[in-house]
Parts: sequence; structure tokens; C-alpha cells
Amino acid sequence: MSLLELRQLNKHFGGLHVTNSVDLTLQAGEIHCLIGPNGAGKSTLFRLILGEHHPGSGDILFAGENITALKSFARIHRGLSVKFQVPGVFKGLSVRQNLEIALQSRHRGAELEAEIGRLLTFLGLQSEQAQIAGNLSHGQKQWLEIGMAVSLKPRLLLLDEPTAGMSPEETHMTGEMVQRLNADGMTVLAIEHDMAFVRQVAHRVTVLHLGQVFAQGSIDEIVADERVAAIYLGQAHA
Amino acid sequence: MTGFLAIFRRLEGPQTVGRGPAFWGLFALVLAAALAYPLFSDGYTVGNTVYFFVWVFIALSLCLIWGYGGSLSFGQTAFFGIAGYGYGVLTINFGSAYGFTLLALVIAVAIAALFAVLLGYFMFFGRIAGVFLGIVTLAVTLMLERFMAQTAGPEWHIGSARLNGFNGMSAMPPLTIPWPGEPIVLFADIGLYYLVLGLLVFVYLALRILMNSSFGNVIVAIRENPERAEMLGYDIRKYQLITFVIGAALAGLSGVLYTVWGQYITPSSMGMTAAALPLIWVAVGGRSDLTSTVIGTLVVLAAFQALTIYGSQYALVFMGVLLVLTVLIAPNGLVLGVMNWLGRIAARFTQRAG
Ligand SMILES: Nc1ncnc2c1ncn2[C@@H]1O[C@H](COP(=O)(O)OP(=O)(O)OP(=O)(O)O)[C@@H](O)[C@H]1O
Ligand SMILES: [Mg+2]
Repeated sequence: MSLLELRQLNKHFGGLHVTNSVDLTLQAGEIHCLIGPNGAGKSTLFRLILGEHHPGSGDILFAGENITALKSFARIHRGLSVKFQVPGVFKGLSVRQNLEIALQSRHRGAELEAEIGRLLTFLGLQSEQAQIAGNLSHGQKQWLEIGMAVSLKPRLLLLDEPTAGMSPEETHMTGEMVQRLNADGMTVLAIEHDMAFVRQVAHRVTVLHLGQVFAQGSIDEIVADERVAAIYLGQAHA
Repeated sequence: MTGFLAIFRRLEGPQTVGRGPAFWGLFALVLAAALAYPLFSDGYTVGNTVYFFVWVFIALSLCLIWGYGGSLSFGQTAFFGIAGYGYGVLTINFGSAYGFTLLALVIAVAIAALFAVLLGYFMFFGRIAGVFLGIVTLAVTLMLERFMAQTAGPEWHIGSARLNGFNGMSAMPPLTIPWPGEPIVLFADIGLYYLVLGLLVFVYLALRILMNSSFGNVIVAIRENPERAEMLGYDIRKYQLITFVIGAALAGLSGVLYTVWGQYITPSSMGMTAAALPLIWVAVGGRSDLTSTVIGTLVVLAAFQALTIYGSQYALVFMGVLLVLTVLIAPNGLVLGVMNWLGRIAARFTQRAG
């Protein structure tokens, strides 16, 4: 069953064609990685899926429903959730309060406390719970925001560069976190530059280049694809 | 007993400074002193204290919208004026019999809130935020002032209430409580004092509960990061609008009480200076905390008045200096800075004791 379906999605910023007739289908239960050079339009695709940007043309279907015209918060209620590229935690509030704000619409009282505790354990942030989120390390902020996104129990979790700024060990731990969530039934679409992470978690990989779907397949197929290597090399020369 | 404790717990939380028996003990002491004070003072001084209290409501409205909500509004004085004039028009037309003045207070506050619903809907659902919100609210305030200032002619009246342009509206009846035999008139001394003090305590406690509730959590979340708040599924426009309307009602309450206190209201109560002063009180006190806002407002007002004796120009300069000092020394507010410092000392003390 397909959970998310993008049909002929187009988006222009002035003269820039950032999303060019993108077709993408996500199967329920898969971990799908979206890769591509800087400026390929990956984050913009997320913003289209979330309703922060509106496509010039095309449709977005989620669990069979056309959500193209829905407001962002309504899409969240349908079962979407996101961790942004730049960590979007509530900087001036404590770690605990960050999680409380994420959890409070589904849990109350003692149950809320228990859920916060469970999430703190899952994220390995128990000893940081009283800290102001703005003082966390970059990696911890990433985890906190992943935790907030996950706390909504989404059907589809969007992760924009979840391991940016993490050490190889932390990256690996994040990969395991994602796999555990996936094992519990969460579908994941992750933008990532870290190939070790992609290799660790991805069931399928889509390469985006100049706003277009450039290639799609397993990680081995993508790595073996000379055209893909060429666009990354081209980026390196530019 | 457990119900009582439950309410007490809801008064405390990460959004408000002050918790535990020490804080509430001090609160009770201050309240007792405030209740006893008129018995040891004269009518004029008590009336002057009422005047200070009146302004605290508009300061709290700014604390809510700006300090907690993150939207700098210059529109609070507009709601102040609308409600003040509203009370005047209503009571001059319908008098004070049968407790109508109390109803007029409620209606006038409701008119200000209704106006905020319209303005807020346009702003928040039109996604006007940040600096632009400040500009729009300031424009509305100054437009109202201009408009009221040119209503001097006799053609400007609502029923029997003349608007009177820059001279303002006066001689509206004070708040009057119907009573068998003789109605109780709350002149601007002891009678009004207890009413305003009661309202102040009620509003302060209610706002503490509101800000420490899940609603308050969302409000500060929007201040910290509106995009993240929306992506947790909150329709932030609704939360912003509700906060704005509550703030407008509080500013309106200030306006009515001010009008009742002096039995007059003029367009300059919506002017530039009137719009700027509450910002200074709240910034100096500590905009992101209710208690700091209350204390800061009362202290700065008292200092301002004391200095006005030597000339109002000095007092205004003093306010400017105070604001600059705050920005340099304690950007989150001087009173809040001191309270946090006291809190840390108390924590160290209890640690050592325990
Ligand atoms: N709001 C905007 N207005 C105008 N141009 C934009 C906007 N957002 C993104 N762009 C441009 O669109 C292109 C794609 O940006 P996007 O952020 O989607 O890339 P990306 O693939 O996520 O890149 P990165 O890997 O660096 O995060 C870039 O050229 C960017 O400058
Ligand atoms: Mg990006």
C-alpha cells in the first residue's frame, strides 16, 4: 500500500524551477532516503509535503487522501511529522518542557509524565531534562527534535538531515533509533548526506537533482550508478 | 483539601517565577498589608494607589501578548481607549441606577475584546507577525487618537454623550453598587480600592493558572518557534488570536477603571506616549513573568510620579535612562533579574540546610 504519493509536483521560486515534475511514491512501512547535491530541492520537497510551501501544480496524496490544499497543522493531524534541517527546538525552554509541549495534546496528568519519561529514555536525554534546550549540543538538539516529532506517533516521519553535526557513533545510534521506530510500524522519509547512515537504514533511495527525480533504487544500485557519481563530482568541481 | 492543593499546583510552573511555601507566604503577607493599608492612610493617598493599580492591568496585557506570546503590540492603548470611552458613552446615556455601571464595565470591556477579535483575525489569519504586527497595531492606535481628537464639534455625540475632541469626555458616573436603602458609590478612594485590588488579585492568579496550563505552553512555544509549534499540530493562529483578545480585555479593563477613577478620558490616553509607557514598565519589570511585571509596573510608576514633582521632563528622561539600563544590564527585565537571583540564593540556602 502506498502511504505518500507525489504526482507531477512543480514549484518555482521566481525563475528557479526548484521542484520539477516530481513523482514519488512511498510504500507504507519503508525507510526511504532522499539524497542529492546541495540545492537539489530536497528541503523544498519536504516543505511542499508539509504545506509550508504550495506547489504551482501537482498533487500530494497521503493515505489515499488528497492533502494538497490542507493547512500544515491539519496535515500533522493526518499523521505527518517532521524534524527540520535546522534544529527547530524551543530554545528558551527546558528539554522536558519541549517534550511536554509535543505530548500534551495526546496525554494528560500522570500519563503525560510517564510518556515524557519514556521519551527521555528513548532519546538518552534523562540527565539533560532540566537543561535549556538552547544549551544542548547540536547532536542532542537533533535528538530532542526527533523525539518531539516522534511523540506525535506519526504514520510518516520526515527527517531532514537527522545526523548533521553528529559523530560517527552518534550517527549510528540515530540509525538504530530510526530502525526501532520503523520496526514499530513508522514509515520514514529521510534526507541525508551521510552515506553510512543511508546504507545502514535505507530500504530504497531516491536521488534528487536540479529539482528532478534523477535515480531511484537500492543503495547498491545507486552507488553503482555512474551518472549519480557524476552529479556529485560535478558539484565538487563547481 | 486535595482540591485546594490541586489549584495551588496549577498556580506554579515553569512559566512563572515564584513557587513553594516561601513565595506564597510572602504573597499572603503582601496581600494582608494591601488589605489593611487603607485603614492607616488617607483618602487621597489611597486614591493615588488605585491609580497605580489601574495601570497594572494594561501592563499584564502586554506581558501576556508580548512577553509570553512574543508579539509586540502597540495596540493595548487602543483597547484601553475604546473601553474607557465605551464606559463613558454607556453610563452618560443610561445612568447608574440598578447597578448599570457594573454592567457598563462588562460591556465596555467586551467591546474592546470584540474589536480585538476583528483586528486580530485580520492580523493573525493574514499571517502578519513580528515588526509588521507592531506597525499595524501602532497605526490603529494613532488613527483612533486622531479620530477622537477631531470630535470637538457638537455634531459628534452618541446619544447624550458628547465626544468633545481633545478635551475628552468627563462626568461619567462612578461605579455604583445597588444596595437596599442607599446605593454604594465607589469613589476613587477606599471603595474603589478594594474593588480594584480584588480584580488585580483575581487577574494575577487567573493568568498564572492560564500560563502554566497546556494553553500557556503553546503560547510560549509560538514565541520560541512558531513553525515548530505549527508542525506539532497546533493551529497557531487560533492561539495567537485568543491571547490577543484576552490581552485586549485586560487593557480594556484598565481603560474602564481609569475612566471610573478620574471620571474622564481623553484622546491622549491613546497617543504615542501612552502607548510607549506600558512598554517601558513591562520591559523594566520583566516581560516574560507576571510577578515581575506587576512589581516593575508599580515601582516604575511610583518613581515616575515622585520625579514628576521636580518636572515631568525629568521623569520622562528618567524613563528613557531606565529602559537603556535595562537593555544593557538585564535584557529580560530588572525585577526578573533580581527575582531569579533571589531564587538562586534561596535554592543554595535550602540545599545547605538539607
Ligand atoms: N524560500 C525560498 N525562496 C527562494 N529560493 C529558495 C527558497 N528556499 C529554497 N530556495 C532555493 O531553492 C533551491 C533548493 O533549496 P533546498 O533548500 O530545497 O535544497 P536542498 O536540496 O535541501 O539543499 P541542502 O542539501 O543544501 O539542504 C536552492 O537553490 C535554494 O536557494
Ligand atoms: Mg536542505
